[in-house]
Amino acid sequence: MVTTNFLLLSALTLGVLGLVFGVLLGYASKKCAVPVDPRVAKIRQVLPGINCGGCGYVGCDAYAEAVAAGEAKVNLCVAGGASVARDVASVMGVAPGEMERKVAFVKCGGSPDKAVWKYDYFGVRDCRKAVITPGGGPKACEYGCLGFGTCVEVCQFDAIHIVNGIAVVDDSLCVGCGLCVDICPKNIIEIRNASELPLVACSSPEKGKDVRQVCEVGCLGCGLCAKICPEQAITMENNLPVVDFTKCTNCGICAEKCPTGAILREPPLRAKSA
Amino acid sequence: MTLVAIFVGALLTNNIVLSKFLGICPFLGVSSKIKTALGMGFAVIFVMLLASLMTWLLYNLVLLPLGITYLYTLAFILVIAALVQFVEIVVRKYYPELYKALGIFLPLITTNCAVLGVAVINMNQGYSLVQSMVHTLGASLGFLLAILLMAGLRERISENPDVPKALQGLPISLITAALMSIAFLGFSGLV
Repeated sequence: MVTTNFLLLSALTLGVLGLVFGVLLGYASKKCAVPVDPRVAKIRQVLPGINCGGCGYVGCDAYAEAVAAGEAKVNLCVAGGASVARDVASVMGVAPGEMERKVAFVKCGGSPDKAVWKYDYFGVRDCRKAVITPGGGPKACEYGCLGFGTCVEVCQFDAIHIVNGIAVVDDSLCVGCGLCVDICPKNIIEIRNASELPLVACSSPEKGKDVRQVCEVGCLGCGLCAKICPEQAITMENNLPVVDFTKCTNCGICAEKCPTGAILREPPLRAKSA
Repeated sequence: MTLVAIFVGALLTNNIVLSKFLGICPFLGVSSKIKTALGMGFAVIFVMLLASLMTWLLYNLVLLPLGITYLYTLAFILVIAALVQFVEIVVRKYYPELYKALGIFLPLITTNCAVLGVAVINMNQGYSLVQSMVHTLGASLGFLLAILLMAGLRERISENPDVPKALQGLPISLITAALMSIAFLGFSGLV
């Protein structure tokens, strides 16, 4: 019978093809098996899994692989902090090492009532769009926070908010992943050690006269803080004070004497309570 | 048809995504970022070329002589799926860097309709092996072009808060895809 032969031929051909491929695949998967480090899965489990990228790797998976391969330190997860570092270290069987808590800080205190605005801006409510308008946005100070909340949107931890027209970090919620630092088109957010105080809430390297014209609370670069600091912990760079935290005792004299109040002894108001 | 005509025809005039409407799922699914779209595009080029080669050999050396060409859909899927799986295993072992770049996309496009579609078009057109490969290269580059353009547009659209709420996300992407498709109609008559 032709039809039977035909059917048989069809079935056989496909069957043989399937069998050949099956054997080939089976052989290949045995032969080319890639040993996976079991520690990767364990490390991945103790990581927070939010893929913020604060460790410098693409995500938690990539970081777990890097740690297991011995390429990365165990305490790089900023979101998890010391407890996760301990867990990762125990998986790897090493000491967790020192881990200072990191938080973000917006180096601008020029809220709309204290800073000058050049013009009314009616464009897209997004800092990344606003900066391409003439003069780098509607704020007269080129180094000021625009307050459209692009950093608020990008924050995975609800730790940064627009308070009184400028972005303010809530230290209790911030994990220092740095997403806001990367997205801020003005580059005025920095990651700092949480214990390091006081803070300089201004990013303007302009001369005193120019700063005074655009903002009431900007650093004038007068250098008074550097002169009066009893520990000589402050030096002036680019018209801004730089604090050497190995010497600083956070006595608060600089914050008290600063003529514009650009130095803060404490982090700015908690976003929630403000 | 000359090879150049086949290539340009597959790349622009009969763009696999925007004119033939094949491979729409990765086109919409993996086009939200340019970087992933690039990865997907290159993975498709890679798989399509391999699949076309294998299906051409299978069709002309096995199915045609045995007179069971009616089985081509089944046989093609079998070959493509097995092949992609095999390539994935081998690449993972010997080219970890390539695996990292293409890895997640490879299983996704195993039996992608664009991959199967190109194999079937090659067969229906009666292309020779060289013509098949040139046609496949054109079609897969066309896919890369389409998905890259789409990703670029979508990246900008997602930053724009002026999109009406009802259209945010997929709806505006579908409208964008439709407009791109209409734009590609402009290439008709080129070849």
